Amino acid sequence: MATITTLGYDDLPGLLTRLTGDEKHDWSSLSTLDVLWVLHDRVLGPDDRFLLSKGHGPAAFYALLAAKGLIPVDALEGFGSFTSMLGYHPDRVLVPAAGIGSGSLGHGLPIAVGAALTGRRVYCLVGDAELDEGSNWEAVQYAGRIGLGSLNVVVIDNHSSTYHWPGGVEERFVLEGWSAVRCDGHDHSSIEQAFAAATGERPHVVVADVEDKR
Amino acid sequence: MNMRGRFYALAGEALEDDTRVALVTAEIGVGELPAHPRHFNVGIREQLMIGVAAGLALEGMRPVAHSYTPFLVERPYEQVKLDLGHQDLGAILVSTGASYDAARGGRTHQAPEDVAIVAALPGWTIHVPGHPDELERVFRRALGNDDRVYIRMSEEQNTARVDGDGIVVLRRGEKAAPFVLAVGPTLTETLAATADLDVTVAYTATPRPFDADGLREAFGYGRDVVLVEPYLAGTSTAEVAAALVDRPTRILSVGVPLGEFRYYGTPAEHRAAHGLDARGIRASISRFLALNDR
Repeated sequence: MATITTLGYDDLPGLLTRLTGDEKHDWSSLSTLDVLWVLHDRVLGPDDRFLLSKGHGPAAFYALLAAKGLIPVDALEGFGSFTSMLGYHPDRVLVPAAGIGSGSLGHGLPIAVGAALTGRRVYCLVGDAELDEGSNWEAVQYAGRIGLGSLNVVVIDNHSSTYHWPGGVEERFVLEGWSAVRCDGHDHSSIEQAFAAATGERPHVVVADVEDKR
Repeated sequence: MNMRGRFYALAGEALEDDTRVALVTAEIGVGELPAHPRHFNVGIREQLMIGVAAGLALEGMRPVAHSYTPFLVERPYEQVKLDLGHQDLGAILVSTGASYDAARGGRTHQAPEDVAIVAALPGWTIHVPGHPDELERVFRRALGNDDRVYIRMSEEQNTARVDGDGIVVLRRGEKAAPFVLAVGPTLTETLAATADLDVTVAYTATPRPFDADGLREAFGYGRDVVLVEPYLAGTSTAEVAAALVDRPTRILSVGVPLGEFRYYGTPAEHRAAHGLDARGIRASISRFLALNDR
């Protein structure tokens, strides 16, 4: 039977094991896990919208949705199978809580700009290599120049962009008129403070560094 | 007033009348359209234009995006496919330029393949109005729903509007006479091309969804179908064939030929070169009907 319930951060490893069948993986190394958790547990308000643009590798996102009761825990079984609502890239028609369907890179941020233009506070998660796609920069430039204060972006920076971002990717956002904060992408209070630095007067980017320094 | 002028007036009116309506542009048309808090000119950024339209739709708005044809549906094609189609969000895309309005502008500003590529995506209604009054009718209707609607405007237009939806028969030939279907602004030339022929002439300004039932009903007992489209030849041939799958038919597809067409000049010169003026349409039909007698 599908049960909807609310679970905690410590339940995520169990949910991930249920999703993937893998018991040995070091789940804490998942690049998006802590940012997703902090966003949904401490940052997002009931009227805010979250858009996952980096839909590749959505295991942490699905575990989070299950923990927050936004999908049934039972849905984690059969991940990627023919009739599963959970694919290797999310589909918002199958999972409304996904916000948008994603997979092809560089689509979420422009959509987030459109949603934010209505006054809605929007949070969009992208990857540092995803920012290779030029469509993101169309959105970054426009949002910065018009001072779209309802827009918040978090870049999961695992330093995977082949040609890198000299000086850090946040420099590009700042140049376009954004406020920017880099934080430790696995440290919950660091992540929370980085989001709290948004002024609402211009778009804000949090660059969550998830380089494994351990 | 041409279609483009009519659209600019209607879009301004819609912004005033309906708080759900938002306009998204990428410089094209910005000088003609009114400044308004819900008119978002994103600069020369067409991927963003479609993404923004999708985000507005996500928030319950009715976005209208407008640009020159190749920049509205070709450059941001994946955004049209994913941000609107895959997300199951609605928008009205209104293009100007059609196949060769920009004859002098050359290939970069011409898009005879637009209808074919939009038609390759599920769930799109495609209107190719042949007259500003038809444009107004389909645009007003599109504002009232949340569908994905592509409206293709053109500088070419017919001498009179056609009322009615789907396939409308304008002239009826004898029983079993060839059936000529003109789409959008090809009608006036098609009527001139066939004035002295025993053919049925029908019209549609909405190639998708194709009015298969209307075609079956109007077609009667003939064998020959001539499809005249103002964009890539054959764009709707499979739709005609599917509608008449149980009837022995032959289909002639008249339209812009596939090829890199490296000429400038005027739209009239392009129309003639592509065989889409009355003379060219007549020549194609005559050759086609002569094949009957072999």
